[in-house]
Amino acid sequence: MSHLLEVENLKVTFALRTGDLTAIDDVSFVLNSKEKLGLVGESGAGKSVTGFSIINLISKPGYISGGRVIFEGRQLNTLSEKEMRSVRGNQISMIFQDPMMTLNPVLTIKSQMIETVRAHKNVTKKEAEKLALEKLEKVYIPSPEKRLNQYPHECSGGMRQRIVIAIALLTDPSLIIADEPTTALDVTIQAGIMDLLSELCETENMGLILITHDLAVVSEVTEKIAVMYAGKIIESGQTDTIISNPKHPYTQGLIKSLPSAIQTGKTLTQIPGSMPTLTEIPNGCTFHPRCEYCLPICDQEVPELYRINNNGHMAACHLLKK
Amino acid sequence: MNENSDLLTVNNLVKHFDISGGLLDQLKFEKKRLIRKRTVVQAVNDVSISIKQGETLGVVGESGCGKSTLARTVLGLYPPTKGSIYYGTDRIDDLNSRQMLPFRKKMQMIFQDPYASLNPRMTVTQTLEEPILFHNKNISSIEVKEISSEIMRQVGVDPKWADRYPHEFSGGQRQRISIARALTVDPEFIVADEPVSALDVSIQAQILNLMLEAQQQRGLTYMFITHDLSVVQHISTRVAVLYLGTLCEIGDSNKIFSSPRHPYTKALFSAIPKLGKKKKQYIKLKGEVPTPIDLPSGCVFQERCLYTEERCRVEIPKLIQRNSGTQVACHMVEEGKQ
Repeated sequence: MSHLLEVENLKVTFALRTGDLTAIDDVSFVLNSKEKLGLVGESGAGKSVTGFSIINLISKPGYISGGRVIFEGRQLNTLSEKEMRSVRGNQISMIFQDPMMTLNPVLTIKSQMIETVRAHKNVTKKEAEKLALEKLEKVYIPSPEKRLNQYPHECSGGMRQRIVIAIALLTDPSLIIADEPTTALDVTIQAGIMDLLSELCETENMGLILITHDLAVVSEVTEKIAVMYAGKIIESGQTDTIISNPKHPYTQGLIKSLPSAIQTGKTLTQIPGSMPTLTEIPNGCTFHPRCEYCLPICDQEVPELYRINNNGHMAACHLLKK
Repeated sequence: MNENSDLLTVNNLVKHFDISGGLLDQLKFEKKRLIRKRTVVQAVNDVSISIKQGETLGVVGESGCGKSTLARTVLGLYPPTKGSIYYGTDRIDDLNSRQMLPFRKKMQMIFQDPYASLNPRMTVTQTLEEPILFHNKNISSIEVKEISSEIMRQVGVDPKWADRYPHEFSGGQRQRISIARALTVDPEFIVADEPVSALDVSIQAQILNLMLEAQQQRGLTYMFITHDLSVVQHISTRVAVLYLGTLCEIGDSNKIFSSPRHPYTKALFSAIPKLGKKKKQYIKLKGEVPTPIDLPSGCVFQERCLYTEERCRVEIPKLIQRNSGTQVACHMVEEGKQ
């Protein structure tokens, strides 16, 4: 079966004057149509870099230094910039965290939407406007005709994020990469946006990569999760399996450290220390200085991803070595 | 002060901000006549709360609901428009800055963004020693050093880093330093405005633990402001839910979380993402939060509420004590329809 997106051993390096920094290393995952994948991790884990590298948006001094990105059978990371432009924003759309930053504040929503359509399709302004209206309705914007002539500042945060999603839908993409789409929004609005994204994946036949630090959000929306730490995927698999039965000590710590009703007022389980910066990645397993189960081998050898079950649950930890 | 006395009492607090600008900005033509119109943001309206010694009051609500304004007004950083604030038995909202000084030592604040709240040009020592020196004029420099390094140890920042600048620390470490700064003057009451919102999950747990630990050791009272409901549920003994500057519901944390009564609280809690729950049903609210410039008539929530009746449009609901001990401001709850 061919997948919608295959990422194989992807490596992104930033060539700095002081030496090469590896932002993400050996990242692999697959995504099918209508499937939702959550990329989870703390800040600096390489979630966003992974998202950007799929559509080749890594800017200098960064570059993809290894691995392959295969989208609908085409290898993306070897395409020329011109060929890439026909994929990016067309077949693959991206949604960012802050809708106020993504929308141009001095253009009306109409002109921004028409511009996007006409950049990818050879249509008249009238047709583009009709398409824009249709997409605004799809994301449940009330009275879309009125909204079209407004400026971004006239809309609320949730409304703006819906408009950004509508713009992403304009070209009927088959993959959407959403980078922290609800982090800037309140919970009641977040619930609505997440609902909308999952619904669209079904109706529009799209795949979704949801990049977020919020495990709870990911667990509600996605089918698969990949947990990232210091530029590597350290655990991946079915969402239910990972949430109920995490194997990597970092994932376990992350889930335990979430405040919840069960342990109200008690001391939370905490992971000591903080994530290493890219300049001082520890030897061996990158998590070993913070790990409570650290073995002598952990600072010597980088653990490979061990297969835990046949449903694709994998974790990179020496403890799992049989 | 005994266990059950109120440490802080806020009575009918109102805080409005006039944003109408200069006289010329206020003038407008309406029906062919020149009129002067003021624009007022009604950030906090008629809020009464009390905080008991040793408890943690969590204040929750969505952005723009007046959480931070309430916090800052309580600390005297904004003068209230109406209402009164008592610290113990002393009224503090009408004091001048000199009279306020002894209270400032007892009330401290921790801010959201540890990148913005620490002076980048002051070392950790300078940051920690400044409040000690300011509030204790006759203290010897050796004692100051002792206090500051003791506090650094308590919050988990190695005292040998005392001469470093904030940029040399990670976000979590910085938040530890800003907690240390609040603790240096040995306060009784700490207002924490979104102290963990800017931090990663694993660091967030560390800071929450630190705050709980400090509370147990020092008998602190917290007013904990956040939009993150799971954090509130974890740390608070009581919870106050704000919507558009108005108190909807206040009561014991476990009672409110297990059986919320106000329609807004219900909707808000139903939207909390929960680990490992698929396809949950959440209450969808109509429309969006109105601006605090033109408040709706009657109940502030009536335009979005699923149960609005005629009375809600006309009459502002008052907080009414329920049997469970929580107070709810809703006509429908009062009439037993909800």
